[in-house]
Amino acid sequence: MADVILKNIIKTYNKGETHAVNDVSFAVEKGELFGLIGPDGAGKTSIFRILTTLLLADSGTATVNGFDVVKDYRTIRNQIGYMPGKFSLYQDLTVEENLSFFATVFNTTIEENYDLIKDIYVQIEPFKTRRAGKLSGGMKQKLALCCALIHRPTVLFLDEPTTGVDAVSRKEFWEMLKRLKAQEITILVSTPYMDEAMLCERIALIQNGSLMSIDTPENIISHFPQKLYSVRSGQMSRLLTDIRQFPETASCFSFGDAHHVTFSENKNLPHELMTFLKTKNHYDVETKEITPTIEDCFIDLMK
Amino acid sequence: METATVISTEKLTKRFGDFTAVNEITFDVHQGEIFGFLGANGAGKTTAMRMLCGLSNPSSGKATIAGFDVYRQTEKIKKNIGYMSQKFSLYEDLTILENIRFYGGIYGMNRKIIKTKSVELVEQLGLKEEASALVRSLPLGWKQKLAFSVAIFHEPKIVFLDEPTGGVDPVTRRQFWDLIYAAAERGITVFVTTHYMDEAEYCNRISMMVDGTIKALDSPANLKKQFGANNMDEVFYQLARGAKRNT
Repeated sequence: MADVILKNIIKTYNKGETHAVNDVSFAVEKGELFGLIGPDGAGKTSIFRILTTLLLADSGTATVNGFDVVKDYRTIRNQIGYMPGKFSLYQDLTVEENLSFFATVFNTTIEENYDLIKDIYVQIEPFKTRRAGKLSGGMKQKLALCCALIHRPTVLFLDEPTTGVDAVSRKEFWEMLKRLKAQEITILVSTPYMDEAMLCERIALIQNGSLMSIDTPENIISHFPQKLYSVRSGQMSRLLTDIRQFPETASCFSFGDAHHVTFSENKNLPHELMTFLKTKNHYDVETKEITPTIEDCFIDLMK
Repeated sequence: METATVISTEKLTKRFGDFTAVNEITFDVHQGEIFGFLGANGAGKTTAMRMLCGLSNPSSGKATIAGFDVYRQTEKIKKNIGYMSQKFSLYEDLTILENIRFYGGIYGMNRKIIKTKSVELVEQLGLKEEASALVRSLPLGWKQKLAFSVAIFHEPKIVFLDEPTGGVDPVTRRQFWDLIYAAAERGITVFVTTHYMDEAEYCNRISMMVDGTIKALDSPANLKKQFGANNMDEVFYQLARGAKRNT
């Protein structure tokens, strides 16, 4: 049986005016690393708060470890770990005090489950007498993860753990998640960074409260409906405008040092585009067919 | 390039007690340039930015912003720059027009000009119908685009953008960069921080801060060449990996 199941969850705010979650259903299997990928305001946090029994849905049902999020909320709270998007530890307690506080609340000790957090905790241990409020962003994140793990939860909910974190720390954080997965903890993680989708086993792409796709990242990419080309030249800004002028261009977006282009009616048109661009005085254009990224898929699904 | 220098620093330093947050950074930014200010968490970006905006007094070194000195002319600096961050920019409980009018007023713009320009702005942004709606009711992407337009409403020489696209959907993120390009073309210098490495590619030049110092500064193409990297992500990783403060 799946560890986390949502069925037709609907959540609105402001007396029904704001639709935060629109009829969302999905399941996360035991031991899976599942990613909820979408921008701010997509409904990710509402879903997390419903699953962690902190918020009631308007309608629909959800279970965690087979327990109902409404009826069995006490049981669920004992079994899950939750790291909210906003840093929520006690700023005026030290690193060690925070950790031992959370261990005590869950009726356990730091020693009992130390093996689970050891890899992460040793990195912040030199600062164990520092108050949590005085830690750097990266250290806060590691402490919050330790506190969410100290009672050995079966399901871990991580709401945007890498938001505002630099590229190096983000990579390190995902390494930590992989090691936790090896300990058979089910992980549901949300992120607005599309590149992190590839590090999950399965993902749900979410926008405006609705799921656009649920699958493995590889399958989502293979379902990209058209051929995708990268186009680049020495004058990227002007190139973007001119590619969009080409009548057969279906979409064109900047992706770092290249523009990603699709053509209408699935035609193979890069050569005609090159001819067109020559009439616009682009002579150094390079184009090649590429594999889409999750961000390409997300943009395509947003249409 | 023969364009004017609008930001110029020489050994600019900020110490807090025995901790040197920003350690002798020296660089120039030219008019109309899109300058990416990158670095790991804790590298000193925010502290450096606060000095450049006239919000924090340097411990030593020199800097001029739009021609004004960061020690003696901080009020003049504030008048000549715009600022926007992901966290705070607009008043949620004021309408779109009220926000524009408020910021225009703060920067001492003439009432008549504010009136005509704000009508132009809401039309340009396609927000004419929502002009009297509270900012709270706008989707995040729109808020960020509006916040940027408000930050450059008084035609500053430089606009400082602190992670302006964090958490924004992929299409809006790109539309936001269209606005940045348009501002740069009008001669406004753009000084921007981001955690999205694809956005680093959209900058004319980039500086990479590590442990309080600028470890590299060049165009994205040259940086990639210099570090033998395929993309900016790799450049960033090579530079920031060795950071001592980054924990």
